[in-house]
Amino acid sequence: MNDGRGVMVFGEVSESITYELLGIGRSLAAALGEPLSCVVLGSGIRDQARELIAFGADTVSVVDDPLLKDYQADAYVTVMHRLCQEQRPNILLLGQTIAGRDLAPRLAFRLHTGVATDCSELAIDPTSRLLLQTRACYGGNVRATVVCPDARPQMATVRAKTMAALARDDSRTGDVIDLDAGIDASCLRTRIVDESRETATGVRLEDARVVVAGGRGMGGADAFKQLDTLATVLKGAVGASRAACDAGYAPASAQIGLTGKVVAPTLYVAVAISGASQHMTGCSRSKVIVAINKDPAANIFKEARYGVVADYREVLPAFTEMCRELLE
Amino acid sequence: MDIVVCVKQVMDADTPPSGFRIDARANDVVSTSGLPPVINGFDEQAVEAALRLKEAHGGTITVLTLGKDLALDVIRKPLSMGADELVVVWDAAFEGGDSYSTAHGLAAAIRKIGTYDLILCGRQASDGDAGQVGPGIAELLGMPCVTFAKSITATDATVRIERAIPDRYEVVEAPMPCVITVSNELGAARYPTLRGVMAARRKQPVTWNAEALGIDPSTVGAAGARTKVLRLFLPERGGECELVAGDTPEQAGKRLAMKLREAKVI
Ligand SMILES: Cc1cc2nc3c(=O)[nH]c(=O)nc-3n(C[C@H](O)[C@H](O)[C@H](O)COP(=O)(O)OP(=O)(O)OC[C@H]3O[C@@H](n4cnc5c(N)ncnc54)[C@H](O)[C@@H]3O)c2cc1C
Ligand SMILES: Nc1ncnc2c1ncn2[C@@H]1O[C@H](COP(=O)(O)O)[C@@H](O)[C@H]1O
Repeated sequence: MNDGRGVMVFGEVSESITYELLGIGRSLAAALGEPLSCVVLGSGIRDQARELIAFGADTVSVVDDPLLKDYQADAYVTVMHRLCQEQRPNILLLGQTIAGRDLAPRLAFRLHTGVATDCSELAIDPTSRLLLQTRACYGGNVRATVVCPDARPQMATVRAKTMAALARDDSRTGDVIDLDAGIDASCLRTRIVDESRETATGVRLEDARVVVAGGRGMGGADAFKQLDTLATVLKGAVGASRAACDAGYAPASAQIGLTGKVVAPTLYVAVAISGASQHMTGCSRSKVIVAINKDPAANIFKEARYGVVADYREVLPAFTEMCRELLE
Repeated sequence: MDIVVCVKQVMDADTPPSGFRIDARANDVVSTSGLPPVINGFDEQAVEAALRLKEAHGGTITVLTLGKDLALDVIRKPLSMGADELVVVWDAAFEGGDSYSTAHGLAAAIRKIGTYDLILCGRQASDGDAGQVGPGIAELLGMPCVTFAKSITATDATVRIERAIPDRYEVVEAPMPCVITVSNELGAARYPTLRGVMAARRKQPVTWNAEALGIDPSTVGAAGARTKVLRLFLPERGGECELVAGDTPEQAGKRLAMKLREAKVI
């Protein structure tokens, strides 16, 4: 069944991971001597296709259809399944995004192939020419390198901010191919009956250069407001641990970690966060991690560059004030 | 309303790295902490979701698990929370399975259970962190699937699922039967009651092997797996942490800021 050829990237127009996927896809394609294609599904998205070529794709397949406006598994799986059967990629990469997490296993099962989710390292084995897919498991405490020896495509979803995008190069050329979705509304068994987008205020957490994050040890939603103050001073955004979100101290959209967002800021300030591996998964690529925790044995001190062992209530106001002074 | 909940027994997710070792030959993680195994957290919350639906609509809850050497006390927990039946699937043929072949085994068991309106799974198991088996079962049984539920309500033949998606609010309607995967935003699972624990002890799990499922052995275990683990290893840990102190915590806070300034981090 080793009849696949080429590296295919499932692109999502609004997600920066698409460029990261093209970056790693380009190097995998080069190692194999095979082409790199990108597929984008959506409605009214054709204008963005050229850009994907500038970021590394040899060809871009655009499937533009009103039924594909929102990600809906039934429609997306149907279209991607057909496309994979027609184009027979050797490797298919998706982002570990909300859509990717839902689509990848569905599509893999329909294609009778395997998928390694949430990969943070991908390489081609020079001998077997198989895709070496390295991913975390046990919440980040263990890593595994996995292969899909026989079935094709070899599928992986990729964790955000683990792969480097190429620099934009508008002189790159490539073909944009328009494809019919070939579906009608009858393929949709589920229906989105209500939706809204939270209008983000301030810096987007995923893009922030500084993230100030709080954990369960903050003790309450009111206490969390102190983190807003520090974030404002540092021109950053506020994140949280899952325990803090579950307790209602912070909105779910602030959650950082394995099942939350992945951030990689220059500075990550973790306040009253124990540093469980599932949390660190979402922030360990930060340049500098600073921890404030009253427990000297907390795991966060194993990951942090600088730390203060103390009750945050006594440290944070002075720290915030000093930052303000230094930055004035 | 009849619900099947898939639950997996896993090593306690709070086990620190010092509490397990890697068996490189078997490519397996072995707990050395002495902590008892637990039911995957999201799966307990899937049981909770099922119990809430049962309270509103009646029906039965069948808990389904596939695995070997299970701790009976652990996998009985959903029964003590209020689930009705427990089905345990195991066979030497299931050894060495991946997400792909595990889903085949579970799908075969669900077929054998026969009557169901909903299949509930956790969004991912905290050992493999794969997040595949729920959507996989849906594909294998030809059912729709809605992932990351934070609330589930039902009317007649449809379910309404509020999905836990960051920065968005999304409500999806699906026909029954369908598969739903549950996320932690659903809320904490209830504790078993003493009466529940007593009642659960009297219930024997139904056990099925490959033959009972009438499953083709080439589709399960290592034979049916699509992926192969080449290597399991421990991640490299971060470097040294410089602890910043002071005569008072306030002073430590100020010094921390100055340190960051010196290091040009702020
Ligand atoms: C499958 C799975 C997925 C998960 N996904 C995520 C995820 O995406 N993101 C995530 O964050 N977690 C996730 N978790 C949960 C994770 O395992 C931890 O339970 C969680 O991160 C703990 O949050 P916390 O550090 O805020 O709380 P705790 O572990 O309770 O730690 C609180 C900390 O605050 C300190 N503290 C208390 N009071 C003070 C004070 N006054 N001053 C200073 N310090 C104080 C304590 O010393 C302690 O270290 C996941 C778990 C599983 C099993
Ligand atoms: N061996 C198993 N037995 C029962 N349910 C399982 C098993 N493996 C996975 N599941 C279910 O599938 C979900 C996702 O698992 P995974 O794809 O392994 O992350 C879990 O939360 C369980 O609900």
